[in-house]
Amino acid sequence: MKTRNYLPLIGLGVLMVALHLLTVWTGTQYYLTQLTMSAYYGLVIIGLGVLMGYAGQISIGHAGFFAIGGYLAAALTTRNLEPFAQNWWVQLLDKAGVIVHGQDIYGLSQMTFTPWLACIVAVTTAGLVALVIGIPVLKLKGHYLAMATLGFGTIVYRIFLAMPYFGESDGITEVPGFDMLPFLTISGDMSHRVLNFYASWTLLIVGMLFLINLIGSRVGRALRSLHSSEEAAEASGINAGRFKLKVFVLSAIYAAVAGVLLTHYNGGIGPSEASMAKSVRYVALVAVGGMLNLWGTLIMGVGLTFLSLRGVFGSFDDAVFGTILILVMLFSPEGILGLKLRPLLRQLIIGGRA
Amino acid sequence: MSPKTSPANETMLELSGVHKRFGGLHAVNDVSFKVPTGSIKALIGPNGAGKTTLFNLIAGNLPVSEGSIHFCGQSIEGQKTYEIARMGMARTFQNIKLFHGMSALECVMVGRHSRSRSGFFAGMLSLPTTWKEEKAIRARSMELLDLLGIADLADTEATSLAFGQQRAVEMARALALEPKLILLDEPAAGLNIYETAEVARLISAIRDMGITVLLVEHDMSLVMDISDEIVVLSFGSKLAEDTPANIQQNEEVIKIYLGEDETV
Repeated sequence: MKTRNYLPLIGLGVLMVALHLLTVWTGTQYYLTQLTMSAYYGLVIIGLGVLMGYAGQISIGHAGFFAIGGYLAAALTTRNLEPFAQNWWVQLLDKAGVIVHGQDIYGLSQMTFTPWLACIVAVTTAGLVALVIGIPVLKLKGHYLAMATLGFGTIVYRIFLAMPYFGESDGITEVPGFDMLPFLTISGDMSHRVLNFYASWTLLIVGMLFLINLIGSRVGRALRSLHSSEEAAEASGINAGRFKLKVFVLSAIYAAVAGVLLTHYNGGIGPSEASMAKSVRYVALVAVGGMLNLWGTLIMGVGLTFLSLRGVFGSFDDAVFGTILILVMLFSPEGILGLKLRPLLRQLIIGGRA
Repeated sequence: MSPKTSPANETMLELSGVHKRFGGLHAVNDVSFKVPTGSIKALIGPNGAGKTTLFNLIAGNLPVSEGSIHFCGQSIEGQKTYEIARMGMARTFQNIKLFHGMSALECVMVGRHSRSRSGFFAGMLSLPTTWKEEKAIRARSMELLDLLGIADLADTEATSLAFGQQRAVEMARALALEPKLILLDEPAAGLNIYETAEVARLISAIRDMGITVLLVEHDMSLVMDISDEIVVLSFGSKLAEDTPANIQQNEEVIKIYLGEDETV
């Protein structure tokens, strides 16, 4: 791996510190909250970016994986296990030290799973669901794959919306902070704001590092090749189906990790996180960044998500992302950063393909 | 040295009674032949004779309707394309299939896939074991580009190369697999006579590396020059199988190529 591939990562680290200093300088530290959230969404988007751009598979159901992560983390760390306290498995888990004894908001005693266990269960579940869904679905191509993942996303959305365990249309609130490391609690509490900002961006940088390594590796070459010609890739001994499945699971895990952490950070999660609009937004952000340009995807993904979270697009939020998707497909399938202005203008003025 | 004994050692590829039907179309009709190890065998025939279909059957892209294909003494029935490739069968394509957005070198490196092993997590973490392997893949791929005389184009985007150069990259990619058998689908199509002569020299060189060659080709001068044996297909059936010299004398073959008994 050449060092120049890592230079942008260092740049991202510098940007992280610069953003923090900028907010301190201008007295706008409250921006850090949205910047933190944007970094987590960024993680979903780069994971999807590798799936779409490098493995050439579309998923219009990625909000589903995010929601599986978020909802399971929320439910397992808030739902009271007290009624099952006498069950052997609860006692066993209690002995293993993965159950927290606390009080609910009314002062009644409560038993819940530790966030670490919840996180592992949530992410593993998302990975397994991706595996089970992926085996049949990834045999499909193009429109059919898009429709199948759309169906998956809808099912997940409806499940969370229908089950009282997941809070139905209210979602789950009062999700506790996640004491991830001795010095780090993932929580939206003011006192943790700066640390959480650095934690989320560090995770984004590490997530990006892994993906850049992957793309530059033997496996990454195989992925790029099967995107271009599956027939030639298979004739070179590449098991295309297996690699597609692995990347699908990987991108689901990225989404689920983001879901878990953002849910702890926000202190809750609602069904809108599993909605179709969210899935479409992720696809739009990958597209606008450029399918084969992971850095473009990251920059546009984090940037536009930040603007959206700051409320710049107002009530038209989802409409804006839909419009972006249409415009990108029409004028710049290579992504905004790959946009060449002159041919675009010619196309606009003269019409037809430039 | 004792001569090779087992039949599997002498026959690289064996087709017995192979049929392929697409609905009502009988694309390949009872074709049998053997490709002896270390030989160059050519498959010729007019357009639509079923040559490419036969290639797709051998490479595992299509299942046979009837009959069997044995590669290195092993039936390929039910084997996936990538499994057959790993057994040591490489191929090139009639309509070149290089990878977009990759340099010539990278395309060839993809060919090393089944001869290397770094996995998903090793790749993500960029473990030191992968560096060493990556270096070896790169070095070997460079050697192959050099062999094909296009080492200076290693960093050029493969799909932007000239036609003949793209064919060379494809051949390098196929060789990178370290194949026992290489299937060449019209390696001289679209090339001028100088380039064709170069391809002929190259195919002989490949055979001298110990690789068995099966090729489909329209360029008769190329086929007659380099092949040890020729199989002629017509409308999906085998019309003749013989040495180049005998094929040139074969009346039936002349008929299908020159038209049947037309009154002048």
